[in-house]
Amino acid sequence: MTEPVISVRDLRVEFVTRKGILRAINGVSFDIMPGEVLGVVGESGAGKSVTGSAIIGLIEPPGRIAGGEIRLHGQRIDNLDPESLRRIRGRKIAMIFQDPLTSLNPLYRVGEQLVETILTHTDLSPSAARARAIDLLNEVGIPAPERRIDGYPHEFSGGMRQRVVIALALCAEPDFIVADEPTTALDVSVQAQIIALIRKLCRERGTAVMLVTHDMGVIAETADRVAVMYAGRVAEIGPVRDVVKHPLHPYAKGLMGAIPTLEAEAERLVQIPGSMPRLSNIPQGCAFNPRCDRVFDRCHVERPDPDIPRFGLEGEAPLMPGHRVACHLYTRKTVETAS
Amino acid sequence: MLAFVIRRIMQSAAVMLAVALIAFLMFRFVGDPVNQMVGVDTPQEEVARLRQSLGLNDPTIVQFGRFMWNALHFDFGVSYQFRQPVTRLLAERAPATLELAFTAAAFALVVGLVMGVYCALRRDSWLAQLFQAISLIGVSLPTFLIGILLIYLFAVVLGWLPSNGRGQVVKFGDWWTTGFLTASGLRALVLPAITLGLFQMTLIMRLVRAEMLEVMRTDYIKFAKARGLRTRSIHFGHALKNTLIPVITIAGLQLGSIIAFAIITETVFNWPGMGLLFLKAVQNVDIPIMAAYLMLIGLLFVLINLLVDLTYGLVDPRLRIAMRS
Repeated sequence: MTEPVISVRDLRVEFVTRKGILRAINGVSFDIMPGEVLGVVGESGAGKSVTGSAIIGLIEPPGRIAGGEIRLHGQRIDNLDPESLRRIRGRKIAMIFQDPLTSLNPLYRVGEQLVETILTHTDLSPSAARARAIDLLNEVGIPAPERRIDGYPHEFSGGMRQRVVIALALCAEPDFIVADEPTTALDVSVQAQIIALIRKLCRERGTAVMLVTHDMGVIAETADRVAVMYAGRVAEIGPVRDVVKHPLHPYAKGLMGAIPTLEAEAERLVQIPGSMPRLSNIPQGCAFNPRCDRVFDRCHVERPDPDIPRFGLEGEAPLMPGHRVACHLYTRKTVETAS
Repeated sequence: MLAFVIRRIMQSAAVMLAVALIAFLMFRFVGDPVNQMVGVDTPQEEVARLRQSLGLNDPTIVQFGRFMWNALHFDFGVSYQFRQPVTRLLAERAPATLELAFTAAAFALVVGLVMGVYCALRRDSWLAQLFQAISLIGVSLPTFLIGILLIYLFAVVLGWLPSNGRGQVVKFGDWWTTGFLTASGLRALVLPAITLGLFQMTLIMRLVRAEMLEVMRTDYIKFAKARGLRTRSIHFGHALKNTLIPVITIAGLQLGSIIAFAIITETVFNWPGMGLLFLKAVQNVDIPIMAAYLMLIGLLFVLINLLVDLTYGLVDPRLRIAMRS
């Protein structure tokens, strides 16, 4: 059995504000294997991006990691000092941000930014670093890289800039990449190219990817597994086909049901009633209970943890291994009492 | 790029024409210069002759044309009070003002930048809080008061530095005199330069701090951190360079203000510069000096603006394209 690249256990992230402590992440656990793409979906504010920032060690005050463990190849990295963390960032773990238009420093040539990153993490000479930068640009599909390397970011289109951003993330051949909504700011046609590129790099290099997005289409195309997050917790996690086709958690069901399809003849798009609770106002028990149509007594009292669904699966499709859901409907034998 | 420079120079010329018009209008509206030059018992023929010789009887447009033509040759006439060419009077005093202004500007820029960067990077440290508090004083205290306080402390109480004058100056070339080369010249420069530059220093410090905090929040800084770049490179390479763009504008424009507002500092420290000359000219309605001074300050502002616009292109590659088209 291979060892996971990244292992997150019971991660808690808090933000200290004047109004009190806000729990942005409250007990998130998952593993990501080499070469695997874990899609992370959820509404805005569900904690997707904060989880990514926590792994790469870029939670800025007033935020802080309040508990749990993050392991990279079995080594804890959540408690490292800033300098050791910096050495890991870019070298072992890289991150791709949402907006390629603002991710690149406008005053430096693309090549300067690539070469600086390469020189920071390797022992290459400046000329070798430049050659490597050209290779990287070529690899991410930038035409005429030996010429484009001397261009400034504003001379590239949005899709091309995101390719540059990916090249920057790959400078030191990291084992793990956090891609925080890498396609949200791009055209649909360009999105597909970028997704294909990430997928390809992942396959060829065995890089593990945590792909944060709220685009289910992107997840379905790219991810091996998917985690559905809600109010700072994982609601459901499992193989992507399983979760997308046969979601169990009422929230995941609502989320998948909200994807418009050409075949469906519904007059209105399906929507989940209500909105996600504020971090300062998360209800007792299951955070989804005010919006859930199958809520029962236990949901108001006890917070469910992701577990293998064992009960209440009559009529559900057979499950793939590794599918877990945080819902009392499936994990406690109390479904009979559901109202 | 060349087209951009030419266009900007044309604009500058238009501005200078407007300034010249205003300077010229002073001749017609600020008192009657002849009355200032003659005594009460001067015969009428004498007054009329003087009026004629100064060209005050010609049509306005002819007078303006003559004024412009002479101004292009750096000829602003003869001072009413000193009976000497204005250009020479200003040229004699320009080195004092320019040396003071550039020293003050250098002090403001260097200290303001360092303090601003420090305040942005260590914003919660007590020293940063102290700088912030001091900067409030610098922004709100009037220049003459700062000058008087500094004189009281360092010249009167402690007796470390001279309270007025330029000290010993060295003649440099035909007309330039410099205080940079003698110890007494340098000592005399300290207090006026601090007085003149303090306001600009606090302004630059606050600007740099605000801009840098803004830049540190941008995505490209986050991305630079996510790539594991060294902190020093992020702060002083990536963040500072982006911080400098607005700072260049403000600092450039402030240099003009420093030269123009040197009047007050020169008065407080009895500094033998153009500002002191201008004040005397105002008291005696010496319009040729006032007009020439106005033109000179206008020219300095226009030139500095031009330079600032051209510097943008050096710092920000995005503007090079805008300049080309």
